[in-house]
Amino acid sequence: MTTQPVRFYQVGSFAVGNRLLPDDERTVQSDPNRTNSLDSGHRACQGCGEALGARYALDAAMRATGGRLVAVNATGCLEVFSTPYPETSWRIPWLHSLFGNAPAVATGVAAAMKVKGKGDVRVVAQAGDGGTVDIGFGCLSGMFERNDDVLFICYDNEAYMNTGVQRSGATPPAARTATTEAVGPEPGNVFGQGKDLPRLAMAHDIRYVATATVADLHDLEEKVERAMQLHGARYLHILVPCPLGWGSAPNDTILVARLAKETGLFPVFEAEHGKVTAVSPIRYRTPVEAYLSIQRRYAHLFGERSRTDIIARIQAIADQNIATYGLIDDEADSSDPKQVTA
Amino acid sequence: MELPFAITLDVGSSHANRTGSWRVERPIYVDRLPPCNDACPAGENIQRWLYQAEPGDYEMAWRQLVEDNPFPAVMGRICYHPCETACNRAQLDEAVGINAIERFLGDLAIERGWSLPPAVTDSGKRVLVVGAGPAGLSATYHLRRLGHHVRLVDSAPKLGGMMRYGIPAYRLPRAVLDAETTRIVALGVDVELGHTVQDIEGERHDGGFDAVFLAVGAQLGRRVEIPAGDSSRVLDAVSLLHRVAENDPPLLGRRVVVYGGGDTALDAARTARRLGATDAVVVYRRNRERMPAHGDELEEALVEGVTVRWLSTVSRFDGDRLVLEKMRLNDEGFPEPTGELEELDADSLVLALGQDTDLSLLDQAPDVVVDDGVVEVLPTMMTGESGVFAGGDSVPSERTATVAIGHGKRAARGIDAFVSGRAPVNADRHELATFDRVNTWYYSDAPRTRRPELERARRQSTFDEVVGGLTEENALFEARRCLSCGNCFECDNCFGVCPDNAVIKLGPSLRYEFDYDFCKGCGICAQECPCGAIDMVPERI
Repeated sequence: MTTQPVRFYQVGSFAVGNRLLPDDERTVQSDPNRTNSLDSGHRACQGCGEALGARYALDAAMRATGGRLVAVNATGCLEVFSTPYPETSWRIPWLHSLFGNAPAVATGVAAAMKVKGKGDVRVVAQAGDGGTVDIGFGCLSGMFERNDDVLFICYDNEAYMNTGVQRSGATPPAARTATTEAVGPEPGNVFGQGKDLPRLAMAHDIRYVATATVADLHDLEEKVERAMQLHGARYLHILVPCPLGWGSAPNDTILVARLAKETGLFPVFEAEHGKVTAVSPIRYRTPVEAYLSIQRRYAHLFGERSRTDIIARIQAIADQNIATYGLIDDEADSSDPKQVTA
Repeated sequence: MELPFAITLDVGSSHANRTGSWRVERPIYVDRLPPCNDACPAGENIQRWLYQAEPGDYEMAWRQLVEDNPFPAVMGRICYHPCETACNRAQLDEAVGINAIERFLGDLAIERGWSLPPAVTDSGKRVLVVGAGPAGLSATYHLRRLGHHVRLVDSAPKLGGMMRYGIPAYRLPRAVLDAETTRIVALGVDVELGHTVQDIEGERHDGGFDAVFLAVGAQLGRRVEIPAGDSSRVLDAVSLLHRVAENDPPLLGRRVVVYGGGDTALDAARTARRLGATDAVVVYRRNRERMPAHGDELEEALVEGVTVRWLSTVSRFDGDRLVLEKMRLNDEGFPEPTGELEELDADSLVLALGQDTDLSLLDQAPDVVVDDGVVEVLPTMMTGESGVFAGGDSVPSERTATVAIGHGKRAARGIDAFVSGRAPVNADRHELATFDRVNTWYYSDAPRTRRPELERARRQSTFDEVVGGLTEENALFEARRCLSCGNCFECDNCFGVCPDNAVIKLGPSLRYEFDYDFCKGCGICAQECPCGAIDMVPERI
C-alpha cells in the first residue's frame, strides 16, 4: 500500500506541543511535569528572552541527564534576577562564583564529581555574552583547550544588559548602547569588530558547537540533548532578545529572534570538531529591515535621516552569512522538516 | 539550623515574589467564531468537528456534526460550501476542503451504521411537518431529539423533496439520500407520503397538533411567454429533473436548449447530456461574472460538453429553430436588448427561470403573511399565525438545501420554545476570528487534497456520481490543515513560551489557565498563539 505522508497536525514542528504526537517525540517544554529549572517569581523584565532560553536549555538538559545536573552561573542578568538574597528561582543545583570564572568553576565541579564517584552528574556552565566573549573568555578558552567535560551555554543578548546596556564583544554593528551612542557619522557600534564566539569555539576543535534561538524550541532542545550525549568540552550559543536593551516590545521577543534567523543575521548551525555539520535553513527569506526596524537600538537607521547605506552594510553581513553557511536550501522543502505517516 | 558564616536568612523560593503585580495588561483565553462556522447556513460547528477528526476520532467528529445537521453525506456532496469561501486558510494557501471531509464522515457513518442520537425525553407535544425536503427533515430530526412527536407528510411518494426530485443522481446518489433520510425516520417519526395537505388550519385542528412547520419548497417552474409553434417542445427544468428522478425521462431530442443561469439550468443541461443530447446549450441573458450558478457547477458542466450562450435571450421558438436576441449590459449591469437576432437549431427548450411556491394550503390561514410568493417569518421562523412556522424555499432565502437545513433547525428550536411556553433564546455569537489574528508562522505549508472526478467521457452518458470521495488518509490530511481559527487547539505554545512559567497546563481537552500571581503581562503568549485565542486586556488598577 502506498502511503501519503501526513504532516503531523496543523502546526508541524513549529509550535511547542502537538497533541497528535507520541509522548516521546514531544518537546520537554510541552510536558506539564517539566523541571521548570528557572521558576516563577524571578525578576527578569517582561518578555525576557534570557529567562526563556535558560529554562528551555536547562529543562532539556535535565531530561537528557535524568536530573543528574549541576549548573554553574557567571555573573550577569541571569544570576542577578534569579537569586536576590535570600530567594532563588533555581530548582536545580546551582552555583555562582564570579563574573569571569564560570568555565573554571564548572571544570572544578566536573572534576570534583569524578573524584567523589559521581561521574554521572553532568555539568553545565552558563553566562551572558559579556561573561562569555569578554570577561570569561580566558577561562572559557582554557576549558575548551583542556577539553573538560562541561557544556558551556552562552545566552547572547548582545550587550551588558544587567549594568545598563553597555557594549560587549558580541554587540552587532550600528546597534546603539550606552557606550556606543547613536551620534556622529557612524552612529552606534562600529563595524568590523567584536567576536564571533561560535567560530572561536570551533577553532578550538572541540567536540560540539551549536547555535540556536528561543524562536525554535525543537531545534534548541535537540541541540541540548545532543550536547548532553557527548563528553568533553561543548559549546552552545543561544540568541536571547532583550526587550530592555534592544528596545523591542516585550511581546515581540520570539518574533525578533525568529527574524534574526530568517534574515540570516544569526546563522543557526551545528559543528563537530570544528566543521559545520548541519544548518537550519531560512524558511522565508526576509530583508534585514524587518528585523532592525522593530528594535529601538537601530532607530537611528530609520525615519527622517534614514541611513540606507548602513542598512545595506548590515544586509551585506546577512547575505555573507547566507553564503557562508548555505542558509538557503533550494532543494528540500524547508517549510517543515518533519513528517509522519498516518 | 546552623547558618553558615555571614548568612542570616534561610534560602527561600522566588515564589515569594509575586511578579503579577507588575502587570498592566492581562492575557485572557477567548473563543472566537471561526469564519467557517459563521458562514455555515446549517450552523455547523465545523472547526470543532475537524478538531475531533484530526486525531482520527471520526465517530466523535460525526456526532458533533449531526448535532446541527443530520445530512453529512448528502451535504458533503451538494452543499455549495460557503464555509470554504470564508475559510481563513484560503489567504495562506488554499481553503480547507471542509465539504470533502464532511462527505468522508457522512459516508463512513453510513458504512459503519452509526445511528443518530435518540430522543431523551418525551414532551407529549405534537408537531405537524409539511414537506419532507431538507427543511422538513431537519426540523423533524431536531424536534424528535427535543422529545416532541412529529408527523411528517409529503405529497411525493418518497422522502427527500428537492434533494430527490431536483438534484440529479450524478450529484447525489439515491442510496446516500435513502440512508440519511431513513436514519431520521428511525428516530420514531410518523410519516405519511403521497398525502397533499390542502388546508393547513384544518389538518392542524383535526390532528390536535401543537405546532406546524411548513416546508413545502418551491416546486413550480416559472414560465415566461415565449412565442412558440404548436410542434415546439417546451418544458420546465423542475419537471424535467422530477421526471428523471422518477425514471420517466421526457424525450428531449438531440439538441436541447436550456434557458436560465442558475444551478438548476446547469443541472438540466447536464441531465440532457446524460439523456443523449449531443448539444446542450445554456442560454443566459447576462455574462459569466453575473451568473447566479455556482462556479464549480459551471466548470463541471463545461467539462462535460455543455456550452453557454452568454448575453442572449430566447425570443421565439418555431419548430426546430430557436431565435435568440443578443443582449448587452448597461452601466448598472442590467441586460438590455440590442435588436440583433441569431438562430439556433433546437429540438426542445427547457425553461430554468426560477421556481415558485404553491401556497394554496394557506388559503384558510389568513394570519400567515405571504409577500412576493413567499411566506414572511420571524427570526424564530414563526409566521404571522401563532404556532405555524415555515422554512426552506417557501420563505425568503437563498434557496439551497443547506439553508433549508438551517431553517429546519432554527424552526425546531422556535417550535420547542413555543410549545413549552418559553421565550425563544438567541445564543450569543462570539466575535469573528479574523485572519489577521492568525500567526501563520506556525502552520506547515500543505496544499489542498482534491477529490477525484469521474472520467469525463463516462459521466456524460451515465448518472454515476461525478465527484468521488476522499480516502481516509486524504481526509485526515485535509482535516489537519484546519487553522482552528480563534479556538484553542492545545498546541502548548502559550505554555512553552511564557518566560515566567505563568501558564498552567490543565491536561488533554482541558486547555490552560493563567497564573496571575506571576504573569507579568508581557504578551508573548498572545503574540505567539497560532490561532488567535488569547487577548490582552487592560488590567484594572
